[in-house]
Amino acid sequence: MSGPPPVSRGLTALDGAISLIAILLVVQMWLLTATLEAFLGGHHEVAVPAAILSGLLFAASFGLYRFILVIDRAGGGGRPGGQGTS
Amino acid sequence: MKLWRDEFSIEAAHERYVARRQFGKFLVLTSFGMFVGNLWILARSYFRRAETFPRTLVAHASDIPKGGVRLFRYPGDQDPCILFHTQSDRYVAYSQKCTHLSCAVIPATDGRRIECPCHHGFFSIEDGRVLQGPPPRPLPRIVLDQRGDELWATGVDLGTESSAPEELKS
Repeated sequence: MSGPPPVSRGLTALDGAISLIAILLVVQMWLLTATLEAFLGGHHEVAVPAAILSGLLFAASFGLYRFILVIDRAGGGGRPGGQGTS
Repeated sequence: MKLWRDEFSIEAAHERYVARRQFGKFLVLTSFGMFVGNLWILARSYFRRAETFPRTLVAHASDIPKGGVRLFRYPGDQDPCILFHTQSDRYVAYSQKCTHLSCAVIPATDGRRIECPCHHGFFSIEDGRVLQGPPPRPLPRIVLDQRGDELWATGVDLGTESSAPEELKS
């Protein structure tokens, strides 16, 4: 079981990571629209926690993207002569 | 040369990796854009707190009959506002931009409501709260100060639900 993952397993991991990023992005979009709505309504106190939460969501997305790069590298990443096998 | 080999796979089975990697990069960049948007709102909130409004003479009370209106601009030339002399003998003023899609609001025919003719949103003429239709927030209220016959605008209340209107009797 050791060694580089085959392409199909790598793709499954990539799909999972991308799905998680997409879910985080939807939450972040909702957060931005809700914050904008509150801001336009004069509720300025929500801006700080919303910015912190949005930053955390972005950090999580970026972490998942780094995971994608790691999987990509281990799976060959489309480079000729890569380690992945199909 | 290295970039070319990274982005354009030769083997068909590995091409899917590239497509997913590019899509993942797009999603993360969009996420960064959302984060920047939240930071922009944070910056605007910070500077909005320090905002001061000019004191501007908007009308003479004796010029507006009961049930009449007067248009003016406050605090800037790009901010249309509307002043009402209500049937209950009060002077109230609001931003004329509907909080839905910024259409110009007008007095409704019944004289007790403010109407947005674009999507039939209605606001209370007494305090600017939403009565009906798609507007999500009350109309921003212009704070008025009456000195004798003169009506002065002194600030803008964005119309949070807890704010009570300031009454000005003629």
